[in-house]
Amino acid sequence: MRQFEPWQIAEIPGPKKALIIPKPGVAAALLKRSGRPLMVVGGEAVEEPTADKPVLEHLIRISTAGGIPMAATMGAARGLIERGVRLAGYMSAMEIAERLRDGSWKGFDGAGPYDLAVFVGLPYYIEWLILSGLKHFAKGLITISLDRFYQPHANWSLPNTPRDEWVETLKALAEALEGG
Amino acid sequence: MREGIRVKVGELKSQIGILKDLEVSIGEIIEEKWEEALGPTPFPSIADLRSWDLKILERYKPFYMPFCDLCCLCTMGKCDLTGDKRGACGIDMAGQQSRIVLLACCIGAATHTSHARHLLEHLISKYGSGYPLDVGGLSVEVEAPITRLVCGIRPETLGDLEGVLDYVEEQIVHLLSATHTGQEGSYKDFESKIFHAGMLDHLAMEVADIAQISALGLPKAEPNPPLVEIGLGIIDHAKPVILVIGHNVPPAADIMDYMEELGLQDAIELCGICCTAHDLARYNPKAKIIGPISWQLRFIRSGVPDVIVIDEQCIRSDVLIEAMKIKAPLIATSEKDCQGLPDRTRDPPDEIVKGLVEGDTPGVLILDPGKVGEVAVKAALKVAPKRMKFKAIPDVEELIEGAKKCRRCDDCRRSCPNDLDIPSAMARAAGGDLEGLARLLDHCIGCGRCERACPAELPIHSFMIKAAEKEIKEERYKIRAGRGAVQDVEIRNVGSPIVLGEIPGVIAFVGCANYPRGGVEVAEMADEFAMRRYIVTATGCAAMSMAMYKDKEGKTIYEKYPGSFDAGGVSNIGSCISNAHIAGAAIKIASIFAKRRLRANYEEIADYILNRVGAVGVAWGAMSQKAASIASGFWRLGIPVIVGPHGSKYRRMLLGRKEDEESWKVYDARTGEKVYVGPAPEHLFYAAETKEEAMVSIAKLCMRPNDTPKGRAIKLTHYIDLHRRLYGVMPDDVYLYVRTKADIPITIKDEVLQLLEEKGWRETVVPDPTLLPRLIRVQKG
Repeated sequence: MRQFEPWQIAEIPGPKKALIIPKPGVAAALLKRSGRPLMVVGGEAVEEPTADKPVLEHLIRISTAGGIPMAATMGAARGLIERGVRLAGYMSAMEIAERLRDGSWKGFDGAGPYDLAVFVGLPYYIEWLILSGLKHFAKGLITISLDRFYQPHANWSLPNTPRDEWVETLKALAEALEGG
Repeated sequence: MREGIRVKVGELKSQIGILKDLEVSIGEIIEEKWEEALGPTPFPSIADLRSWDLKILERYKPFYMPFCDLCCLCTMGKCDLTGDKRGACGIDMAGQQSRIVLLACCIGAATHTSHARHLLEHLISKYGSGYPLDVGGLSVEVEAPITRLVCGIRPETLGDLEGVLDYVEEQIVHLLSATHTGQEGSYKDFESKIFHAGMLDHLAMEVADIAQISALGLPKAEPNPPLVEIGLGIIDHAKPVILVIGHNVPPAADIMDYMEELGLQDAIELCGICCTAHDLARYNPKAKIIGPISWQLRFIRSGVPDVIVIDEQCIRSDVLIEAMKIKAPLIATSEKDCQGLPDRTRDPPDEIVKGLVEGDTPGVLILDPGKVGEVAVKAALKVAPKRMKFKAIPDVEELIEGAKKCRRCDDCRRSCPNDLDIPSAMARAAGGDLEGLARLLDHCIGCGRCERACPAELPIHSFMIKAAEKEIKEERYKIRAGRGAVQDVEIRNVGSPIVLGEIPGVIAFVGCANYPRGGVEVAEMADEFAMRRYIVTATGCAAMSMAMYKDKEGKTIYEKYPGSFDAGGVSNIGSCISNAHIAGAAIKIASIFAKRRLRANYEEIADYILNRVGAVGVAWGAMSQKAASIASGFWRLGIPVIVGPHGSKYRRMLLGRKEDEESWKVYDARTGEKVYVGPAPEHLFYAAETKEEAMVSIAKLCMRPNDTPKGRAIKLTHYIDLHRRLYGVMPDDVYLYVRTKADIPITIKDEVLQLLEEKGWRETVVPDPTLLPRLIRVQKG
């Protein structure tokens, strides 16, 4: 499998496909450039086998160091609440996506629309569809997938990556943001 | 109003020849002997209910998630519709997505309509057009609530149903034509047409089911129909086995009749997969149900069936290939699914049987249900001793050797809808440990895509079946045969507590078996809500999946709870066409309990249901276009539908925005004032990520503006309790559902009051809610 093929074989998107994030520094630069980012975390980030890796720990570090509020889908809410993660809010994945589409939504904190949304941990096909919805209908929103499989409907996506390398990428991204 | 004439001539001699039993029907006859006044929208055309649709769509806005960036429906394309781009015809992405959803719903509605038409034609030819409709004897006076509501007629005979189908067919043609290049371009109007397709679908389902209930003697609104067997382990392998697959029961019924005629009912096993199995078990409880749609490959490859009979809908397109693998002849019985087989309809049965037994042809097409009955039985008796249950499942040694050839390329996993970790299980199997493969089968939807993707051509699904062989053989459960309609007296009993909110909701588990984590989740959800004394109903594959798990006492859900339409009851309503009775029950609550006029009065009844009847559909494994059209029929009636995660692939949600106060205002019919009622129900269509999310949402979506304080307190108790148990915290939107302090559950009053204070909550009124200005009783000024 090549780095920029969709993980699920039949999920062929169309002419506009995500740019590959070639190294963690690129993701860090994108996140730093955003004035109002949001991280959307799905259920797989708190389930086995992901949960037994330090993935969540790195995501929390990315959220904290990057000043990126973390929102949980209903699939992730319990796991994150139980771990004491401070959440901007939690809703179903569809509800968050529909609000991100709307440029007049004031966000979880009421301070205004987000300009960048990071997705991680949703089932591949749900994230694929949500990113498609946002690609077509959310004007001005940049989307980034930090999952370990290429998400072609995002603006930017990590490539298909072996699990251990993926964990290292997230760790490096956290360190890049922590290093200012 | 549609009017017309019907002429019936016993015998007509002319120069051309002699015509017998000629029946000409032009248009519809609107019955004058029905005392109820005709409502505003009999036989509504596409635009007649548009204003109602647009009202709903103002609140529940579509969120589109395109499968791809392109439109490829005409030769000017492909067109890139990314973002703001429009195609060569001028359509934009929202229009294109809603157009595709409309196409899906037209396919679904056409499929049920075609089913209904073939079934009705068959029944009329057998029993006559004057055969009376009877869906529940004296217990059911409103025999066809959807037909009465939509068409404004009160059908009495099989023949009366033909006009209903004429209308449905005509409307589907109009809807389908709207998807042509250069027709509709507005996403909102496509959405309105989607609702129309759903309403037509419900009509067709009602026609099909009330016709077969009446003529074939299926259970007539029976709260406790017989328990029948279900599961892969229920078949006696020593007997010849006939398997029927699909959904149109006449061929299967005629097989059963022929067996009984010859006294062979105990000598042959007749079993079914998917909705034909439901309807066959309703026809005769001696029939056995193997399981839902996803059980096709595992049962066929087991080699147990000796003859496979298919009718229509939800049958694997490669069923002939699979049948050939086990040397079982295939009999196709519907012109909609001929499988490339020779048409032997006019040939003598014994000749057909001879060809099948000698293997001259892998199968035949027979478009005569009676002849299918004879051929299937005779063929099964002769084929069984020759086949010796030849199977397409490897033995353990072959499996292990095969697993050693696995290249760990991941192509199987990347092809699996549920992303099952097949490569890891294969690695274990190569070392002789089959448990990993066995456990995959628990979450497998039986599509077989893994096998087609495998570069080593390993029969991966068959490997799973072999690994789980022991459990499969122990699959023995009980399901209640589909009961059909809900009795009027049951509606009278529960109408008040439902509308007032004291029965917290009616939950319908419906649809296919495309589950994210197996059918057990449906059983668990149904059990939870039955235990909480919601009214639980089920149809189709979901009703089967619910049966295939036992509690600690060894009881299935149908043995544990009564089958009545009542608090704490679990009713198997029947096959997917029986979904009409669930919509019908909601309609009958408005009509029988609340005495709202039913006849051709769609808007008012839908408005009543949306604002008062706490019903929710759950299609956890929804897969098909039929499921899409069934759901859209519920949306137009104001009943929300939750789908499982794979349901996101329907590409469009209908979502409310709970913080948008303006969208949750209704008229108080008593005063004409516009009042805020909170986000109830919050969504009309949405995909949940997990079972836990669905359970919390089910409880929440049962709330309605009309709930009394006592009823709202009960509903809030369930919502809060489930949310706390599954998420560990109090839901953060409780304050939106408390209208007065009397709504607060007494056991957590202090806690909720504190939350209300933090949110700056203000008390509102409980109105007589409606979205229709014409229902305001006191006009201002």
